[in-house]
Amino acid sequence: MSMRERLIAAAVTAVLILMFAQVVCAQASGVNPSPSTDTAARLAKLEQQTAEAKSSADNAWMLTSAALVLMMTGPGLALFYSGLVRKKNVLGTMMQSFALMAVITVLWGLFSYSLAFGSGNSFIGSFHNLFLNGVGSAPDPDYAGTIPAQTFMVYQLMFAIITPGLIAGAFAERMKFSAMLVFMVLWSIIVYDPMAHMVWGKGGLLNASLGGRFPTLDFAGGTVVHVTSGVSALVCALYLGKRVGYPKQSMPPHSVVLSFIGACLLWVGWFGFNAGSALASGSLATSAFVATHFAAAAAALGWAGAEWIRNGKPSVLGGISGSVAGLVAITPAAGFVKPMPALLIGLIAGVFCYWMVATVKAKFGYDDSLDAFGVHGAGGTLGALLTGIFAVSAVNPIFKDAQANTLASGVFEGNAHQLLNQAIGVAIAWGIAIVGTLAILKVVDLTIGLRVSEEEELQGLDLSQHGEEGYYWETPA
Amino acid sequence: MTKVEAVIQNSKLDAVKTALQEIGVEGMTVLEVRGHGRQKGHTEVYRGREYSVDLIPKTKLEMVLADALVEKAVQAILGAARTGKIGDGKIFLSRVDEAIRIRNDERGEGAL
Repeated sequence: MSMRERLIAAAVTAVLILMFAQVVCAQASGVNPSPSTDTAARLAKLEQQTAEAKSSADNAWMLTSAALVLMMTGPGLALFYSGLVRKKNVLGTMMQSFALMAVITVLWGLFSYSLAFGSGNSFIGSFHNLFLNGVGSAPDPDYAGTIPAQTFMVYQLMFAIITPGLIAGAFAERMKFSAMLVFMVLWSIIVYDPMAHMVWGKGGLLNASLGGRFPTLDFAGGTVVHVTSGVSALVCALYLGKRVGYPKQSMPPHSVVLSFIGACLLWVGWFGFNAGSALASGSLATSAFVATHFAAAAAALGWAGAEWIRNGKPSVLGGISGSVAGLVAITPAAGFVKPMPALLIGLIAGVFCYWMVATVKAKFGYDDSLDAFGVHGAGGTLGALLTGIFAVSAVNPIFKDAQANTLASGVFEGNAHQLLNQAIGVAIAWGIAIVGTLAILKVVDLTIGLRVSEEEELQGLDLSQHGEEGYYWETPA
Repeated sequence: MTKVEAVIQNSKLDAVKTALQEIGVEGMTVLEVRGHGRQKGHTEVYRGREYSVDLIPKTKLEMVLADALVEKAVQAILGAARTGKIGDGKIFLSRVDEAIRIRNDERGEGAL
């Protein structure tokens, strides 16, 4: 080689060496890492993504459920109840539901949630979560490990709203609006919060999933919502007395059309109420959804059928009332029973509540105007007891022993003791409802006065309490 | 001038209106009313209690006619509204002192 050729060869070799060196350095620095650390990191990321996907699914369902339950109050219950009253009280009755949507929300956010679900003792929570302190995006694993605590809080809020709204059915057409507001605030704190805490709260006396002393199976609120409100309704009806003219004067619903629409909204909304109580979007939600729907259907047939036999004609009001009765009865059972027992529970509830409303009420003569006790109080009690009978661990393995083996849930599965626990839960609900409601009624009556004057009652709540008329149809343009 | 008031079955309104228009009656007032004569009402059951509903929905027609037209109008109503059953209704005739057209203050039979 000539001198020039050697120089060129050396330069090319140097460049090649430099390029190769760069590649080696690049590999050694981790741009293409070695196989073993790569898999571990990807697995961790995959686990995180799976958990996030589960959370997303659960949270989507839970927020939807919360919206469905709110819809049950407005306009579901508002329409159902207001259709049943006389025209002059339509707005007043709607206002009773609507006001709760506003008032209970504020109460809940300030301190009522904390009293119900904050950690406290067996009977009540605490002020630990005052102003929703500590209730944020992170889940509370005691309640629902895959959704933000705020989702759980807002879902429970919708229950706290509708429960006192049910009581309004008993004092329809004669309660002062101001007195009702005070009554509802006190009732929510004194009756609802403790009962919710006992059945669903951390350390609650009746909490079946968190080791309560008397574990009561109450999936979505048969005792917490329906028994408390229904029995309180009876107390209110007896304390306030009958409407002027009852029972001689005919007071039929001014619009079964409105009631029909309301009842159908209640049925659909109830999927949020019951299936949402699974607090997740998995198969338990499905179970509860199916049981809820089946019970509603069977109960509608039961009530309408009983009417058909007794009166010769099935009424629309009877059909929709029946479906509500079935939904009430399945509320404690929804996430514990199979579909066929759900049909049976519904059928029994339909016939039983029809009897309560058409025979027992007429016989004893109390003016439970919109049948809050007959449907919710009686239906809820029946449902809570039937839950103890038909609950099976195959649907929901809620009871486990110290070795994490699944135990029998209900009587037919072999847990005869459960019926007694259900009865205890029901008895406590009755007790707290009666005592709490009586005390509150007395206090409000002595301070503000509960009932409108006879003149106001004859004029109607719309005009006397709200200065409005529901329908201006007769007024000329 | 005679006022003709007729309480008839709701389902007969169209037939009666047509019959009256055919004989030259040009004005009438129609009201939805409730009432009963000898016709019994019906019973409704609400939440296990029975209520008798004895005020039955009916239709009432009112018209003021020139005396010459009255008997023709009565026959027209009878023909169109009668079914032969209890509940067909009634016709009442009464004297009218004056009739006045609001638009132009016309009075008497010319105002009808």
